[in-house]
Amino acid sequence: MVREVAESCVDGVVMEMVAAYCGRFYAAKPELAARRIEAIGFQVGHQLTERYTMERPRFSDHLEAIKFICKDFWSELFKKQIDNLKTNHRGTFVLQDNRFRWLTRVSIDPSVESMDATDNDSATLGDSAAQTTSMLLYFPCGIIRGALTNLGISCSVTADMSNLPACSFVVRIKT
Amino acid sequence: MPPLTGPKSGDALFGSVERVNAELFTLTYGAIVRQLLTDLEEVEEVNKQLDQMGYNIGTRLVDEFLAKSNVSRCVDFKETADVIAKLGFKMFLGVTATVTNWDAEGTSCSFVLEDNPLVDFVELPDTCQGLQYCNVLSGVIRGALEMVSMKTEVTWVRDMLRGDDAYEMRVKLTKQVPEEYPYKDDD
Repeated sequence: MVREVAESCVDGVVMEMVAAYCGRFYAAKPELAARRIEAIGFQVGHQLTERYTMERPRFSDHLEAIKFICKDFWSELFKKQIDNLKTNHRGTFVLQDNRFRWLTRVSIDPSVESMDATDNDSATLGDSAAQTTSMLLYFPCGIIRGALTNLGISCSVTADMSNLPACSFVVRIKT
Repeated sequence: MPPLTGPKSGDALFGSVERVNAELFTLTYGAIVRQLLTDLEEVEEVNKQLDQMGYNIGTRLVDEFLAKSNVSRCVDFKETADVIAKLGFKMFLGVTATVTNWDAEGTSCSFVLEDNPLVDFVELPDTCQGLQYCNVLSGVIRGALEMVSMKTEVTWVRDMLRGDDAYEMRVKLTKQVPEEYPYKDDD
């Protein structure tokens, strides 16, 4: 029996991490906040692959490891597999989740939020929704990078959220 | 509107919420604590931030709890504490807390946890002497209770990470704010 907790515990902790780093510690330095959030994600991803690959033979190549992330790893975290995996066969992979779980409860259209604002600075309110979302995405990027690093693949990971709630994670393997 | 059915049991409540692998939660929290220890100079500041994060989370979790548990209004602090221990901890963490050590006035009690998913895999080095690793929990309790008009102070009495045999939070009710209705009676 695998121990479980309510999903809102994870949601709460992740959201508060973003709020603390972006709103309290590094409010004026978004790059520093982003780096910290990514570092936390890296740690989590690194440790989770340790857990999830304990009874599994070594991956034979990069594609096998990436497929593991898309299928088993993603299912453990988000209860579904990555929807689409693309590669240019030159070290870049794009992992697309058509309905990324951690974005399903964030505002999709900043202009809608702007229209609800009562203050005059509604433009920044819409901007801040998108900013918070992009800050949040440093966490799963760090998770993926930490996971792959633990599987022997040095890489950089960025997120593309131009089509919410779909999200693409671009993995660039370092040579 | 009064609830259509009675309150759910703890197990039914846990069974009805969306759940995730606890390791994701445990490891995420652990990584956050670790990063805070790196970023903030003082352990006491880390404790304060964990409590603040917990407070903010608690003010939101109580909404989900009330929406899903079918709990009606608790008549006093004692009943509230029982509901948190039996249903609240079970709904969110999958564990049950015990309420004990009431004072004579019924305004102070202890929540005792013998199992705590936050600390799986956790060991504290000697350099973290003053760290209240689970301070997010005390913040959650404080935040949730404040949203139902009860101001409290929460302190840690026992901590298994420090060699104690259980986790014990002492919760003291400092003020019960009477509810103010925003509408005036017209008659």
